[in-house]
This record gives sequence, structure tokens and C-alpha cells, in this order.
Amino acid sequence: MNDARAIMAVLASVPDPEIPAVSLVDLGIIRDVLADAQPPRVLITPTYTGCPATAVIQLSVREALDAAGMRDVTVETCLSPPWTTAWITPEGREKLRAYGIDPPPDDVRMNGEPATCPRCNSRSTHEISRFGSTPCKALWQCNDCLEPFDRFKCH
Amino acid sequence: MENALFSYALRLGDDSLVLGQRLSEWCGHAPAVEVDLSLANIGLDLIGQAQLFLGYAGEVEGKGRSDDRLAFHRDVMAWTNCLMVEQPNGDFARTMARQFLFSTWQKALFDGLAASKDARLAEIAAKAVKEVTYHAELAGDWVIRLGDGTEESRRRMIDGLDWHWRFVEELFQADAVVETLVAEGVAVDPAGLRPGFDARVAAVLAEAGLPEMQLPRGVVGGRKGHHSEHLGHILAVMQHIPRTYPDAVW
Repeated sequence: MNDARAIMAVLASVPDPEIPAVSLVDLGIIRDVLADAQPPRVLITPTYTGCPATAVIQLSVREALDAAGMRDVTVETCLSPPWTTAWITPEGREKLRAYGIDPPPDDVRMNGEPATCPRCNSRSTHEISRFGSTPCKALWQCNDCLEPFDRFKCH
Repeated sequence: MENALFSYALRLGDDSLVLGQRLSEWCGHAPAVEVDLSLANIGLDLIGQAQLFLGYAGEVEGKGRSDDRLAFHRDVMAWTNCLMVEQPNGDFARTMARQFLFSTWQKALFDGLAASKDARLAEIAAKAVKEVTYHAELAGDWVIRLGDGTEESRRRMIDGLDWHWRFVEELFQADAVVETLVAEGVAVDPAGLRPGFDARVAAVLAEAGLPEMQLPRGVVGGRKGHHSEHLGHILAVMQHIPRTYPDAVW
């Protein structure tokens, strides 16, 4: 017998493969847990269409559910509605900041506005590269402490 | 028109996959790390789109062909991508000129397709358009930066755009597949995308200080499988491993 909370607890223990500081739940990519369905279903949405982490995420969720004895729970991908960074939880945003990644701005039009340095909190920063180490991030640098850092792009 | 939906999903996937593969050729060769990252990421987004479109095409066809099967086990005449995407990268300016034209068109297309009556096409387009918006902006910025840069960068951008003008017309062509699906509210009428595309291109060229677009007679045929010699070469590179070892797994 699975209940939604037990399933969510398992999912909350699965880290994002590329940003292990946050869990899949923090990232907002778990779209639904249908615990009463036969079989029970977990719906996951990809962040970016070509994100190579998507396959790894599917696999880690499968393994985590199996390890928790929830072998009957199926894992499915859903595309709609498309993922947005607005779904990153407040806890997730704090974890990103603590990990050294500036959380995404609230509006896509603010992607070009200065980021906040996660090290010294300065707003005097500049974009080095619009694409960073993963599709979801841009590379920025702080003008005050000179720290280069990743910024989660609003998406 | 039989199988119009299959043909439509297939060509959308083919456009994305061929350009994604082309961009991957820049990996490790771009003039700066920043650019290397950008091109690799755009390529990745395009390959992600291709997976979704080709996966759907395979389902619609109903003959058990997966996205991989369609990508790796189809001969050149069965590809229906537009001719622009199969063109060699040329120099960085030519690559960016193509990206600007293609992504500007693709963004308009996906904006429209997100309202398709076909739920799957609509959700793929709604997902992908967020990424394509970024591609179009980035490429537009480079057209301006190179066009308004040094004498050499300007000359190269003009050459890059001149190379690609001939392939623009094909993007807006409607054949029986498109006409059938437009009537059903599934496909986007390409003619309707034209004014927005022209306006955006004109605005970027003006900001870059580049001459206005001068379209020669278009070269077409990609949607019918009539390709330039370049497609065969790129498919050879992309397909040779899965074709040599058809049952190989990681």
C-alpha cells in the first residue's frame, strides 16, 4: 500500500544529478503523484527538452522507488504544462544560494538584470556567458569579490 | 492526404536533428569557450526537440519505429528537413547567420504550433519555444555584434547571410502535407509567419548596420527528400555506428 506522502518522501530524497544540492521535489519537476491509480504513477517533467539529466533522473527515481519497496509505482514523463523555474520551491532557492548558484529571477525579462553574488551578496555583477555548465544556467561574475558563479536562468 | 501528421512530425524532427548534429561539430572548435557552450547547448535543445517529434512521428505511423530507428536507420532520400539546416557550418559568422534565420522562423512556428489542435504537437511546441526564444535572441545578438564589429567580422557576416538567403523561401512553403493539416487546425500556415519574420530580420539587420535582405530565387526540395550533397555526409557521420552495430547497447 502506497500513499502519496510516502512516495513524495522517497522522491524528496533523490538529488538532481547535476545540482545535487537540490532534490527533484525542490526543483519542481515532480508534477504529480497519483497514489490511488492502478498502478500508482509518478509524473515527472523535464527541465529542458534536451537536458541530458532527464534520463538519469528517470533512472534514479526508479532505483529510489525500488529501494523503498515501491516496485509497482510507475514513472512517466509529461510535457505539459512546460516546466518553469517558478516551480522551484522556496527551500530549493535557498539551497541553490547556499550551494553557490544564484536562484532564478522571477521574470524572464530579468535574465539580463544583474544577478546577486551568492558569495558576498553584491548586485554589481556581469554576465560572462549566457550558457553555463548546464542548459539551465548562465555564467556570471561578481565585480566586487570577483567570484565567478552560476546563475539559474528564469525559464 | 494519407499520413500527413506523420510527415509533419517527421519534418519538424528532421529539421531539429540535422541542425543539432551540425552544431555539435563546433564542440571543442569554437573561437571561445562562451561560444562553444552556447552552440553545444543550442544543439542539445534541438536534439531534445527531435527526440520528441520523431518519437511522436513513430507513434503516429504505427509501424513500431522509435525515435532512434527514424534517426539512425533512414536513408538520405527519406529525410524531409529543410535545406538550410544541412548546409555546412562554414565559419562562425555563417553558422550564426543560419542560426538567426532558422531560430527566428522556428520561434514563430512553435508560437503558432503551441495552439495546434493536436495536443501532442502543441505541448512539444509549448515546451520547446521557451528554449528557441533564447536561441533566436542569442543568434540575433551575434548578428549585431559581428555586423557592427570590425571590417572583417562585418564582411564575414554579410557573406554568411548571403549564403543562406536562398534557403529562406523553403521555410515558408506549403505543400499538400501542410495544407491538409492547416485545414484541420493542426499545422501552422507558414505564409502567416512571414510578416513577423521579415520584420524581425529587418530590425536586427538595421541594428547591425547590415544591408537589407535580398532574397534570390529560393532553392527548395528538402521536404520531398531532394537534398544537397551535404546531407548524405552528415548522415554518414551520425548513423555509421548504429548501422554498423545495429543491436549495440551501452
